Amino acid sequence: MARSQDRPGRRAAAALSALKTSSAAVLAAALAALPAAPAAASPGAGGGEGDTLTIAVSQPVDSLSPFLAQRLISTNIHRLAYDYLTNYDPETNEPIPALAESWETTDEGRTWTFTIRDDVEWSDGEPLTAEDIAWTYTTMMEDEGAATANGNFVANFESATAVDDTTLRIELAEPQATMLALDIPIVPKHVWEDVEDFGAFNNDEDFPIVGSGPFVITDHRPNQSITLEANEDYWRDPPKFDRLVFRYMPEKDAQVEALRAGEVSFIADLTPAQADALGETENIAVNEATGKRFQAFTVNPGARTQDGEEFGDGHPALTDRVLRQAIMRAIDKNEIVESVYGGYAEPAGGYIPARYEDYHWEPGDDDPLGFDVEAANEMLDEAGYERGDDGVRVSPDGDRLELRLHVHNDRPDYVAMGRLIDERLADIGIEIDNQTVDPGVLSDALYNGTYDLIFTGWSVNPDPDYVLGIHTCDALPVERGTMRTDAYFCDEEYDRLYEQQLANYDDPEGRAEQIRQMQEILYEEAVVNVLTYADVLEAYRTDQISDIQVQPDPGGNIWGQDGHWAWTSATPAEPAAAAGPGVPTWALAGVGVLVLVAVVGGVVLLRRRSATAEDRE
Amino acid sequence: MTAPPAAGAPATGAAPAPAPRRGGRRGGLPPTVRYLGGRILTALVSLLAVMVTSFFLFRVLPGDPVTALTQGRAVTVEQLEAMRREFGLDQPLPQQFLDYCLGMLTLDFGTSYQYRVPVADLIVERLGPTLLLAGTGTVIAAALGLALGTRAGWRRGSVMDRVDTGVALTLWSVPSFWLGLLLIVLLASGAGLFPTSGMSTPGVTGTLNVALDVAHHMVLPVATMVAVVYAQYMMIMRSSLVDEAGSDYLTTARAKGLRDALVLRRHAVPNALLPTVTLIFLNLGRVVSGVILIETVFAWPGLGSLFYSGLRVPDLPIVQALFVVFAGSVILMNLLADLVYPLLDPRVRT
Repeated sequence: MARSQDRPGRRAAAALSALKTSSAAVLAAALAALPAAPAAASPGAGGGEGDTLTIAVSQPVDSLSPFLAQRLISTNIHRLAYDYLTNYDPETNEPIPALAESWETTDEGRTWTFTIRDDVEWSDGEPLTAEDIAWTYTTMMEDEGAATANGNFVANFESATAVDDTTLRIELAEPQATMLALDIPIVPKHVWEDVEDFGAFNNDEDFPIVGSGPFVITDHRPNQSITLEANEDYWRDPPKFDRLVFRYMPEKDAQVEALRAGEVSFIADLTPAQADALGETENIAVNEATGKRFQAFTVNPGARTQDGEEFGDGHPALTDRVLRQAIMRAIDKNEIVESVYGGYAEPAGGYIPARYEDYHWEPGDDDPLGFDVEAANEMLDEAGYERGDDGVRVSPDGDRLELRLHVHNDRPDYVAMGRLIDERLADIGIEIDNQTVDPGVLSDALYNGTYDLIFTGWSVNPDPDYVLGIHTCDALPVERGTMRTDAYFCDEEYDRLYEQQLANYDDPEGRAEQIRQMQEILYEEAVVNVLTYADVLEAYRTDQISDIQVQPDPGGNIWGQDGHWAWTSATPAEPAAAAGPGVPTWALAGVGVLVLVAVVGGVVLLRRRSATAEDRE
Repeated sequence: MTAPPAAGAPATGAAPAPAPRRGGRRGGLPPTVRYLGGRILTALVSLLAVMVTSFFLFRVLPGDPVTALTQGRAVTVEQLEAMRREFGLDQPLPQQFLDYCLGMLTLDFGTSYQYRVPVADLIVERLGPTLLLAGTGTVIAAALGLALGTRAGWRRGSVMDRVDTGVALTLWSVPSFWLGLLLIVLLASGAGLFPTSGMSTPGVTGTLNVALDVAHHMVLPVATMVAVVYAQYMMIMRSSLVDEAGSDYLTTARAKGLRDALVLRRHAVPNALLPTVTLIFLNLGRVVSGVILIETVFAWPGLGSLFYSGLRVPDLPIVQALFVVFAGSVILMNLLADLVYPLLDPRVRT
């Protein structure tokens, strides 16, 4: 085309015609692609034939190696892709056979012999034998890198050996009652024995990943999605969905919108407000499960090492149990349940949440430490904590009762609870310096003992050994900064009961009784103040999932189960008459045009600029 | 500036070897080389300062990465110590600093604590999506800003100027995070026109399908970015055009009887563009880091969301390296702006 500088109108006309031509081309291309695109983009089909279940997750996967993965999202995926020695029953949470069909203990609980199923195959067709299990455990015992994630489970092992293909023998240093709660995915020896550095191998190069669980990991796009296909040969009932896709969406509100749009079938960890809103939405069901976590604050009773060396700057008066108990009495747990959780929580009793009926403990009706502001004030009066002129009490040693309260600033429920505690403790003459801070600041304060009251919370497994273990004297730091707990608690009677329950492998009821007694001690010592068990709130689309197993049943949760029950039991809903919330064809075409307009706009601009530059010369 | 005698060769016309013209041998280095050398040296010094700052800045962050990573899990003291050793956190600070410096010089940014892969791999992987999002957004925002800024500046004080400026400044003050969520609620889950988040639909195959799918996912994040940032291009363009508006050469041009539109396009805009071009370059450096919030809202798998996930741990190798990358891109673009500017504006050539 000949150029004509004196008639700029032509340039514009040319650009316009170019724009028309190219948009027509893109539109045509977009339309040509349409027959394929909507099928691929509809939620019913994530990549090929069959039903796909899409789950929104807010954490990226840290590692696909079961030896390394620490995050909940990764361990959840491993529950689907690998098998375990035993599982927990979906309804009762009791240990049930998995790879191990049966077991017996000898040598006063120091030797465990498991009979392994003989009909399990790896997803590459190789048979799974006792040797794979022994190798998995032994590798964790011998290799520091392989112990990264689950090393605590084998810390007490002397040896793990395969006597033959179906017999596994484990020798323990000390008896332990948690042998049916080994949360360790079993990996195929024939694939993993070539790994040189277990601390660096992420198991994310070769897909599909060889496993023996109900699903097989077939694709991983870091920070985007993980895809698993159903294992049709699984020895239990194979899954009902053909495919599971975990999609990474860090923003909670965006997840809610994705569920509304039907882009994902399931989301977890809702706030009460989100649950209320979604509960009224068509085709969406909200599952309100009893909590497996407790929310609490701990009191600094004087930070010290195992050798008794004191450190930190906790308020000296908090070493007094009477003061700690008065603090407990001043707080109304029912008020927290209503005003912070909108009713989606239970007021807490003992340390183990109520969903674990066998181990849960509640104070009796004549609870000496129940909510009673008057009684709390009397306790303090009698113990010599006199009110100063400003209404704030002063300890018998002359220390004014102004306490710091460390609260996680990323947890709205903790922040709201923190404000309530401010007000309630003012009722008994304690002034609170509310320090709502980054979790990092908070954990530094905890490890350095530079706190008075500090928020905490733990997820409790069906076997509560670990969360009980963190309050033994053993958990006190060897030196400053090495503690593995959230309170500087140490009590001889508690320790004695802890040892007893751990060794009590053959008397479940006796063990449960010991565990309940331990909670009573924690309660009376008032170092750990458990406030609530918040409900687990989650939602799914009933037009995509017709049925799904909760754990425990009834009243249990879907996400974060101890087992693969939710996702193997999830049943696809009958397809609705409409095509569903896929990408409308005209939207795809619209995108093409939008992108094109942008590009052409840029080109026109550039042409103008080059033309003016030329004119300048 | 009237007739176009050498219309055929604008590019070659500018290029013919500046060296023989200017690069005399008297008194050491030619000015061009001195100019270039000076700029490059300044950039290198800045980069060095950024590297040192990066190391110490993130060591001040509270929280122990190891306990943050294992939070809420059953771990033994031995496991914690093994992780500290693996991450090199058991080394004294000077040793850690030395390792960090040596690593940076060889482009080895270390291994991410949370993903356990080399940070360099993570950055390479995430760079593409970020450049796609930020690049598209910048091109559109600049085009829109320049066009609207020109219109507003040329008709300063008109109703249109006031409306355009008002809208632009309002959007400029809107938090991108909030605007993104609003668009998701209205256009994605509400009207169902666009995907709510992510960069692609898992399972889509075929080049054209994937391209369309990605373009479809891009619309809302790009729109959010453009809405928030175009105002600065517009305001700069507007004010430099206003500066030019009273110039004598424009009066002359008009006196020659040129149409108003031609005066604007041929005379006013080229001169007013100069400051804007510099701004675009500076912004190119900044957009990479500027999309952190947008990437987080839309779950866009780029450097921004990587930085966000790194900060939450804190995953020191990731945040350190990205800080250097983000600051480095600003330095690089500053340098390019310095280098390109003389080509555009003859007055700074000497």
